[in-house]
Amino acid sequence: MLIKINNLHVSVNETEIIKGLNLTIGEGEVHAIMGPNGSGKSTLAQTLAGHPNYDVTAGTVEFAGQNLLDLAADERARAGIFLGFQYPVEISGVSNIYMLKAALNARRKAAGKPEIDAVEFMRFVKEKAALMKLDQKFLTRGVNEGFSGGEKKRNEIFQMAVLEPKFAILDETDSGLDIDALKVVANGVNQQRDDKCSVLLITHYQRLLDYIQPDFVHVLANGQIIRSGDKDLALELEANGYDEILAAAKA
Amino acid sequence: MSSKQTDVKDLIERKYEHGFITDIETDTVPPGLDEDVIRLISRKKGEPQFMLDWRLKSFKHWQTMSKPNWAKLNIAPINYQDISYFSAPKRPEDGPQSLDEVDPKLLETYEKLGIPLHERARLAGVAVDAVFDSVSVTTTFKGKLAEAGVIFCPFSEAVINHPELIERYLGTVVPYRDNFFAALNSAVFSDGSFVYIPKGVRCPMELSTYFRINAANTGQFERTLIIADEGSHVSYLEGCTAPMRDENQLHAAVVELVAEQDAEIKYSTVQNWYPGDEEGRGGIYNFVTKRGDCRGDRSKVSWTQVEAGSAITWKYPSCILRGNGSIGEFYSVAVTNNLQQADTGTKMVHIGKNTKSTIISKGISAGRAQNTYRGLVKIFPTADNARNYTQCDSLLMGNQCGAHTFPYMEIKNPNAVVEHEATTSKIADDQLFYCQQRGLSEEDAVNMIVNGFCKEVFRELPMEFAVEAQALMNVSLEGAVG
Repeated sequence: MLIKINNLHVSVNETEIIKGLNLTIGEGEVHAIMGPNGSGKSTLAQTLAGHPNYDVTAGTVEFAGQNLLDLAADERARAGIFLGFQYPVEISGVSNIYMLKAALNARRKAAGKPEIDAVEFMRFVKEKAALMKLDQKFLTRGVNEGFSGGEKKRNEIFQMAVLEPKFAILDETDSGLDIDALKVVANGVNQQRDDKCSVLLITHYQRLLDYIQPDFVHVLANGQIIRSGDKDLALELEANGYDEILAAAKA
Repeated sequence: MSSKQTDVKDLIERKYEHGFITDIETDTVPPGLDEDVIRLISRKKGEPQFMLDWRLKSFKHWQTMSKPNWAKLNIAPINYQDISYFSAPKRPEDGPQSLDEVDPKLLETYEKLGIPLHERARLAGVAVDAVFDSVSVTTTFKGKLAEAGVIFCPFSEAVINHPELIERYLGTVVPYRDNFFAALNSAVFSDGSFVYIPKGVRCPMELSTYFRINAANTGQFERTLIIADEGSHVSYLEGCTAPMRDENQLHAAVVELVAEQDAEIKYSTVQNWYPGDEEGRGGIYNFVTKRGDCRGDRSKVSWTQVEAGSAITWKYPSCILRGNGSIGEFYSVAVTNNLQQADTGTKMVHIGKNTKSTIISKGISAGRAQNTYRGLVKIFPTADNARNYTQCDSLLMGNQCGAHTFPYMEIKNPNAVVEHEATTSKIADDQLFYCQQRGLSEEDAVNMIVNGFCKEVFRELPMEFAVEAQALMNVSLEGAVG
């Protein structure tokens, strides 16, 4: 067991969005969370990553034996949590690899390891960029500066590949991707999975799950997980929509 | 960010790193200013008559002037009779010939500032003319420069050894009548640097001077004159920082640059005078007049400044583009925190044909500070095909500071092309969170974002200065996010 979320309640601006959520994810497992708009999917992602605007009002989250909720966002990141943003942020003047190197070294420092050698870092980064089919010119451009929507998403997975987290939360990483980009992104995620990275995939569409096969699929509605199953649940949702499941849950 | 607010406050309130006082005996003239004081300064320096006459003329004119009040600055009244106008380390006659002979306490001071003069000079191949208070105490690399025919010496030495150059050029770029502070400087200037690059010579090394205020209650009035003769090239670096003080200290410097035909002068500054405490007590008043005269055709003057210190900064390094095809550049980062005030910018005066100027200004404001860009682009009727590009970006940190932009344009020639772009932004919480999510601490994230914002200016700095400038930025803005 890598992460255990127990009876989680989260409010944003005093409005409760997550209302008693339970979820346990094992090492190397891929869980997909699907659900209608406004069900709390992104709130869950931001909360786990430690965004300060999300107030946890009740519940516990255990991560690799630590109380996750005690840690600040940067401490969580250094402990191995990665959030692939739905809307990656642009930072002008700061090159992509400059930020990555700083981030990687912050993690290494926290783990008591020395800073990575510059030559070794470039070799490593170029290898990961090739994996994500990212042109090397993206490495030296400002973080997400002037990137297209698809490039931003690929850049997120590229960063994930470099940072090698224990647990990756991917918030609608598939939105805005054409089919080729989707395959590249899925390939990147699958490689991480092989390295025992656990993944929480947040998505609206079954399409992504053709390429990243989830071990479990959960339906989030009104701040709670109302149904869990295997990948067939996603197919069922695709065919029937959410209404039937929502109605069943209410009954 | 509510849970982190106390930490942020602690960081903001961290004391000035370079605040300390070196205890060196000084030979200081009692406070006050009249003609006798000016005669005394001139006599102590053994100046020729023309220099004394010029000082006295300047003083007479200064007495008829009043201080400028058009800047967006709140300046407490200054009593010019409370200031001591001359201070020199004792034993100037047996001044040191090499670093080994330099007062160890002085070297210690440089150590604390992170300026290991020794290694820095040797490793970086930089000639250093270190100004400690008013008299230069050590000069290195004289030999190598002399070989190239370059004159690089304390201003007071140039007055004695090269009076013909001083008489010919002094006050021709910034006349003593120019403004209140320039007139005061002309009357009482203490010391500074003099550079002459002969025709066709590319100065073999970066020239660098570290200025420093030390004796209590002593205004510093630096005077620098750089002349680049036809076809020559020089890069000059100036950096300064000052010890912690309670009283305001006046710093009114004048820098004059002359670029003859095809000559190029690059002048870089990192300014880190003591900014005052978090309540705005103490701190340096930095009222500086800097101007470059592109006298010859195709000449170029490029200013790069990183202004991080001082309680009040009033400074507009400017270019007079007289020669046809001459080029003026101004790259500036001005950072203000706590109660600092800065009113800074440039003037680009296009007189010659096909003249070109570029202005890149980055203002960063934090705490309760006020940061103003003020710039003038003036195109004379004679300046056919003049071009100017201006970009002013402001970055705000927190919600109690201010950023202001006053771009003035006077365009008297119809085929001039003048462009102006301006942006104001806040360091966004989502940028910070993004960096933190990748594992960077809040402080590192702020530093990274700020340095990214300043990049266009930092890359104009000589390499070793760029590194210092980044470090300085980090110290100046520690935790200044709310």
